[in-house]
Amino acid sequence: MSALLEVDGISVSFDGFRAINNLSFSIGDAELRAVIGPNGAGKTTFMDIVTGKTRPDSGDVKWGTPPKSLLRLNEARIAREGVGRKFQRPTVFEDQSVADNLTMALKADRSPFAVLGWRPSRASATRVADLASEVGLADHLPRKAGELSHGQKQWLEIGMLLAQEPRLLLVDEPAAGMTLAEREQTTALLVRLARTRAVIVVEHDMDFVRRLNCKVTVLHQGSVLAEGSLDHVTRNPDVIDVYLGR
Amino acid sequence: MTDKLTRKPFILRNPSILVVLAVLSVFTLAVTLLSQAYGSGVIPTSTVKVLGKTLCLALAAVAMDLVWGYLGILSLGQMAFFALGGYLIGQWLMYARTEAIVAASLAGNPIPPTPAELQEGVANQIFGVVGSADLPLVWAFAHSLPIQLALVLAVPGLLALAFGWLAFRSRVNGVYLSILTQAMTLALALWLFQNDNGFRGNNGLSGLQNIPGLDEVDQATLSVWFLWASALALGLAYVLAAWVVSGKFGSVVRAIRDDETRVRFLGYPVEGFKLVVFTLAAIITAIAGALYYPQAGIINPAELMPIASIYLAVWVAIGGRGRLYGAIVGAVVVSLLSSWFTGGRAPSIHLPGYTVNWVDWWQVALGLSFVLVTLFAPKGIAGIVDRLGGILSPRRHGRDLGPDQGALQEQEARA
Repeated sequence: MSALLEVDGISVSFDGFRAINNLSFSIGDAELRAVIGPNGAGKTTFMDIVTGKTRPDSGDVKWGTPPKSLLRLNEARIAREGVGRKFQRPTVFEDQSVADNLTMALKADRSPFAVLGWRPSRASATRVADLASEVGLADHLPRKAGELSHGQKQWLEIGMLLAQEPRLLLVDEPAAGMTLAEREQTTALLVRLARTRAVIVVEHDMDFVRRLNCKVTVLHQGSVLAEGSLDHVTRNPDVIDVYLGR
Repeated sequence: MTDKLTRKPFILRNPSILVVLAVLSVFTLAVTLLSQAYGSGVIPTSTVKVLGKTLCLALAAVAMDLVWGYLGILSLGQMAFFALGGYLIGQWLMYARTEAIVAASLAGNPIPPTPAELQEGVANQIFGVVGSADLPLVWAFAHSLPIQLALVLAVPGLLALAFGWLAFRSRVNGVYLSILTQAMTLALALWLFQNDNGFRGNNGLSGLQNIPGLDEVDQATLSVWFLWASALALGLAYVLAAWVVSGKFGSVVRAIRDDETRVRFLGYPVEGFKLVVFTLAAIITAIAGALYYPQAGIINPAELMPIASIYLAVWVAIGGRGRLYGAIVGAVVVSLLSSWFTGGRAPSIHLPGYTVNWVDWWQVALGLSFVLVTLFAPKGIAGIVDRLGGILSPRRHGRDLGPDQGALQEQEARA
């Protein structure tokens, strides 16, 4: 299986603290992967590096076939390459309507003049309506995103990610602040999405990871401690020692 | 299903356009009919000029609102573009008029003057005041109205593009960016204060109210013409600005204001959007300046000291950020009030033991109202319109109550 994303021996330090230490990681075209690890293991820094927010001190991040390096691209270019990111706290544009939020995220030419000339079409309106009903916000299109509940904002952000049609989805703690029913819905959605694209879920919650039923990568002190099925990694004595045993 | 999303025509989605254009037309017509040149003469020419200049300030305020209210950059250097527009049109006005005067005075000579002699005479007239008799390089195109008009657009546009590219690329934001814009306008002002750069130092350019080739047209008529031109420019710029901030472009621009990082992760080149808006605003501001200074008659480097740009920010804040008509209302109301209070005609308030003289105290009152508006009415005068129209944003303070409580947040739940 060819890798969509290959992270090769990256390291990064902040003020002498090694947040990521010679980390290597790869994920295929249509794969679901959970990344777990204790606080400070480098999960968020890892996502920052892949999305271009942080530059590593050494190592390389290769993308697609033929592989090209993401390190020279800025955040916006990486997003246009097809990397979508869902933040831990829902970040939607609260002052704008649900429809505007989704329209902004629709896959389209992102250059300023193309956007200036962009006009909504029946196709774009249908797509926005479809996305909204997919994330359960069909009745809320004209409402301001700021009026939505926390869970609805999470869903709106997921809808915006879908609208971007990314090839790789980075999801940071999707279950945070969701009710049990919403968690189940989220699990189902992530599993379904991973059939057609790569999905990396960073999660704290073991029950949620178990429900995803996928390969797990355990991070500890900035590098990969163990990788494999959840049962496999939970039997690993190192993992038990640093994470689960506590 | 898609009915909710089908769009009304552009004008109907932005009813403020019709209102602004209607008010502007009625205002212009009324002033014309009351002017000395075209009507009863109730409004003296000097007042027509004040009103025309006020429209130009409103135009600059609309551009400021694009940059500050929509894009979120508190630019304290907008008046640099305004003054640049004034200087560039002033160069032609002064050159062409001086040329006509010099040509007339040399016409009596037995031998007609050569072009070189003519230019020398013009240079002597214009630059004698700073002890020079050569025409500086920056006046190379001053003889040509079309070229100077093109420069009115090009020079401020390119300055904004270069400045913006450097600043936005290094991701300078917030108050640091404001300081940088202020530094830019201060540097430009200090440079213009020098005598040897070709812009006559602190004398500036003068006699701009006399339009070359229109010697037989009196100031009363000219003032009305400039009022029309200013009103036309304001109307067109308003429609253009409203079009730019509507639709997806406006959506992205407001999103950049609210959360720039998130917009980057959506794949939008944030710097490109900032550059487009900043440059467009600079060009609109320069046009406003090019219309303002022929009505003012004189321009000097003091016009682009940072305080002028801060006033512009105050007008927009009081009028209402993020509402284009708010910018116009703020600029018109505050600048007219300012000239009334500082003009010495406002009656002083006699308190026991102290007399409040408005010439001295107006600045204090304005500063105080700026602070009050910022604290208590962040939407300014336009906020009143919102309130009348029932557009109220919910008070969303405090933590949210958790997934089970729906949209309510602490403050709302308590209210």
